[in-house]
Amino acid sequence: MKQLRTTLLVAAISAAGLLVAGCAAVPSPDELDAQAQAMMKASFRDQGIAKVDRIQQDLGQAACSSDTPPPETVAKQVEAQALATVRWPTGGQYFGDFVAGERLAQSGVGMAWNNPTADTKANGGNCYNCHQIDKKEISFGTIGPSLWNYGKVRGVKNVTDPAAAPIIQYTWGKLWNSKAYAACSNMPRFGHQQILDEGQIRNLMSLLLDPRSPVNQ
Amino acid sequence: MTSTVRRGAVVGLGCVVAAAAWGQQGKTAADGIAEYRRMLEDGNPAELYEAKGEELWKKARGPKNASLEKCDLGKGPGVVKGAFVELPRYFSDAGRVMDLETRLVHCMETLQGLNAAEIAKTAFGRGEMANVTALATWVAASSRGMRFDLPTSHPEEKRFYELGKRAFFFRGGPHDFSCAACHAEDGKRIRLQDLPNLTKNPGDGIGFAAWPAYRVSNGQMWGMQLRLNDCYRQQRFPYPGFGSDVTIALGSYMGINAKGAASIAPSIKR
Repeated sequence: MKQLRTTLLVAAISAAGLLVAGCAAVPSPDELDAQAQAMMKASFRDQGIAKVDRIQQDLGQAACSSDTPPPETVAKQVEAQALATVRWPTGGQYFGDFVAGERLAQSGVGMAWNNPTADTKANGGNCYNCHQIDKKEISFGTIGPSLWNYGKVRGVKNVTDPAAAPIIQYTWGKLWNSKAYAACSNMPRFGHQQILDEGQIRNLMSLLLDPRSPVNQ
Repeated sequence: MTSTVRRGAVVGLGCVVAAAAWGQQGKTAADGIAEYRRMLEDGNPAELYEAKGEELWKKARGPKNASLEKCDLGKGPGVVKGAFVELPRYFSDAGRVMDLETRLVHCMETLQGLNAAEIAKTAFGRGEMANVTALATWVAASSRGMRFDLPTSHPEEKRFYELGKRAFFFRGGPHDFSCAACHAEDGKRIRLQDLPNLTKNPGDGIGFAAWPAYRVSNGQMWGMQLRLNDCYRQQRFPYPGFGSDVTIALGSYMGINAKGAASIAPSIKR
């Protein structure tokens, strides 16, 4: 009996020892963060236009890389920095061609390692991947909100009406650098990251806001 | 041969029917796709890869002229059934956490004398890499219907889960995408494609529990390594190395999250 008790005691102590060793072997959250950074750097290589410098995070990318949103102060800082990057259109010319805008919205091409060039002219806007836009297109994603009647529901009857200016400016800013209005927005920063150029963004502006665009019928 | 031809015909018909289903109003995209999958399941070309994988497992090959029948996939040498739903896991003989494909390559090197580094550098669908995919397809098929239950007792298994979680939420590239951008909410879609929420158990046969899978759109058999590789391509990231830590860690994260989900691998995808 005594022997059994001793055996049990020894077993219990070794089990506790293993448990402690096991816990001690898993690094702290801060250590894991550092290890994850090192892992990301070590796991990728250049391929075509997609170089490893794409793993270098800026303030906003780093702040929005966990399952919890960043503190309010950090989010505000990311948004302020993003707003400061917005390049407003040359000559105050916000609009282009909504037909070309629809073509851009349809295209999900661009910036991947199998694309031969990162030139904006080769890129699409990926819009339908995440948004409903023209209702005639039934193949649309739902990660972003529906943009059907985008201008109409915001009361844009005439894009030259001064009353429309705030929504026009907001939409340009959102397309140029979405993080200006939401630090952790899932939407790419089309202008800021040189995915699309000014002319292409003008075309998307027309698709969304022009009262004659199929989106606003 | 006859059966291959018949199977091809079935796949062709499935595409026509699916296109018709998508054109109909009143039927949701998901309904159309589900119907398409049901029709295709009668003749999943993954079976051909399964058969090839089984043959490769048993065949003496490589400089050591040995089969893979002594390969330890985590449940002891030669035990195949049930191994898939417990991977990735820690292997003390290799001193690291491995997923199914990296473990197969490890066995091809240690048992058969093939060069693991060379295989890892080979393009998907080519040479020995195509053999790894076929082997993975067969090993996965041997656990069909079983529920995921990855071991988590080893500190390295816990560490890889934590690293995988961090990788899953890691934003980068010109589009600011992370895995989480598309796979952290329920009920989302890209175009018509339903997106599983991979931060939890997404359900039987969904997400991690569906790969390897035969892709109808390009006629290719894809293992999880290629699935992750193509996710990163679409995320506009640089190229993840085959079997690199980030791919293993993401496997640990998704696999542990999928605890209790029944595997339908090898499945069939659009």
